[in-house]
Amino acid sequence: MSTSLQRRAKLKDNEVAWFDRMLEIREFEKQTNLLFASGAIRGTTHLCIGQEALAVGLASVLNPDDVVSATYRGHGISLALGLSSHSALAEIMGKSTGCAGGLGGSMHLCDRSVGILPTSAIIGGGIPIAVGAALAFQIQKKSNVAVAVFGDGATNIGAFHESLNLAAIWNLPVIFVCDNNVYGEYSRINTTTPIEDLHLRADSYAMPNMKVDGMDIHAVRDSLELAINRARSGGGPTLVEAKTYRFAGHSRADTAPYRPEGELAEWEKRDPIKLTREMLIGKGLLTEDTATQMVSDMEDFMKSTIESVQQDPEPTTKDMFKNIWTEPEW
Amino acid sequence: MPTMRFRQAIVAALTDAMEADSSVIIFGEDIAAAEGPFKTSEGLLAKFGPDRVRDTPISEMAFTGAAVGAAMMGMKPVVEIMFMEFLGVALDQLVTEAAKMRYLSKGQYSVPMVVRASSGSGLGFGCQHSQTLENWVAATPGLKVVTPSDPQSAYSLLRAAIADPDPVMFFEPRILYAERGEVDFSVKAKIGQARLLLTGTNLTIVSLGNMVNVAKAAISESGISADLIDLGTLVPWDKQAVLNSVKKTGRLIVVEEAPLSGGWGSEIVATVTKELFTSLKSAPFRITAPNVPVPFNGTLEAKFAPNSHEVSRQILESLKNNSVPDPWWIVEGIVN
Repeated sequence: MSTSLQRRAKLKDNEVAWFDRMLEIREFEKQTNLLFASGAIRGTTHLCIGQEALAVGLASVLNPDDVVSATYRGHGISLALGLSSHSALAEIMGKSTGCAGGLGGSMHLCDRSVGILPTSAIIGGGIPIAVGAALAFQIQKKSNVAVAVFGDGATNIGAFHESLNLAAIWNLPVIFVCDNNVYGEYSRINTTTPIEDLHLRADSYAMPNMKVDGMDIHAVRDSLELAINRARSGGGPTLVEAKTYRFAGHSRADTAPYRPEGELAEWEKRDPIKLTREMLIGKGLLTEDTATQMVSDMEDFMKSTIESVQQDPEPTTKDMFKNIWTEPEW
Repeated sequence: MPTMRFRQAIVAALTDAMEADSSVIIFGEDIAAAEGPFKTSEGLLAKFGPDRVRDTPISEMAFTGAAVGAAMMGMKPVVEIMFMEFLGVALDQLVTEAAKMRYLSKGQYSVPMVVRASSGSGLGFGCQHSQTLENWVAATPGLKVVTPSDPQSAYSLLRAAIADPDPVMFFEPRILYAERGEVDFSVKAKIGQARLLLTGTNLTIVSLGNMVNVAKAAISESGISADLIDLGTLVPWDKQAVLNSVKKTGRLIVVEEAPLSGGWGSEIVATVTKELFTSLKSAPFRITAPNVPVPFNGTLEAKFAPNSHEVSRQILESLKNNSVPDPWWIVEGIVN
């Protein structure tokens, strides 16, 4: 089994590896959904099907010592950044082999070795933390950057405004990535927000901003690279809005009946996995056959991962008393 | 040993900590150029420069969260919340983020940050700038809670808080900022260790922050012989020190500044009752503020938090009758 760092390194300038990681995320989410439906996963899940290009695009342009503060819809980002499917699924299934020892659950994934800060289950909760990480990098005179990934709904919470303002006046090396998947929980963005293009909100902080087609992995990479290079070279923060679409419901068994008819089908035509596959076949890097083989291999891999995780031990009662304070002796 | 004001002891602790460790940084509203609304960062900007001493916008949520992120990346941020109430808008970052990072990362990340906030009544700031709200954070595993009572403990406990690897809430009784006292910079405090300020035989008084001074005055007024324990740290509180004292005296009174319901003193009373029930001479009890907001009117505000006269009355009454006295608002027939 490769380490998180090795998994991350595979993404370096390797378009087929990007496709493979996107397939991994897709299959992971599909299986998570099935496991949840069967009762094998308790609590809740928030799937990112349809948003894989952003996750992998981001992971492929960041360095492993950069940090990312993401959200409860964080399976995809975490797998992209290098966390193993085994560790992530074990966490979601409450196993001691999970990245938080089975004490965090689906909304809380973490892997310090590749810069995954614990993902937050509070909308906007991780945004100030990325700002703080960037502050540390600035004071330490490091060239690392911090990234806050959040949804469209988070742009309506105070933490977003306060954080962008603070990052702007301190000129911090942070990239705010708004994964605009059109829905904030059960509400379509137009019912909660007076503007469609959320990146424009950065204008209030005199902050560079851009929007990008979040279904196109090359477009995602190009915009993020620009923002990351600006941050690394002392040029300060950027707000990047990736236009994506949440193919699944908000959480658990939500089937998103509130969606306008035909909207999902329209977006599915631009499914990022479909687009990437076509792009790779077009470039001659894959054929229909090799692509199909990759999909089938991934299905097998995920099947064996699930079987393996199911054999893993549960945490013990002692484990729930650990890692609360540094010295829990009292 | 130098004599200094409480606020100067805070400045001294920040200065010494910043000199000793270049990862210590401080930020908050008006703490740099203006040197702090209560002059608790006097001279720091000049000494350490704008990289390490920063003014922030009025954005408690963002700068508290920024402290969490900076702490996870190896800095030791100390942030200042001007009035404790302003924690309300930053609470998510403390209770739900800072306190959980170690747990959710299986120990991969820790959050060595300090949140300083001024607290308490007595200065006529009204009910939104005078509260004592330790109970907002004391019930969150993952956060430590510290409150000094004099310049010495302000210095020593702040040094200990900054050195601590976990997030520490450090509440400074605002009424004490101008108070003077001797400070021995070589005295090291330990988070979680109480101070036995007076020793006696009749009873044990446990207190925190400015109520320690009120209790001290009350002991003197009443002429009794008592152990006076200054907890200093509320989370984790020094259970052993309290139990050792009550084992000796058989009686316990906890003096708290906050309103009665939900106060931390209940925790102390419950623990002592459980551990020492059969050896107690009378029921342990609490002296607190009533369940009301802090009134602005000066006469009323003076009555709000326990004062030495009220504490002395309750001490003497409890010893005389071997019972738990009623607080003044029941004695006066205002509340049943």
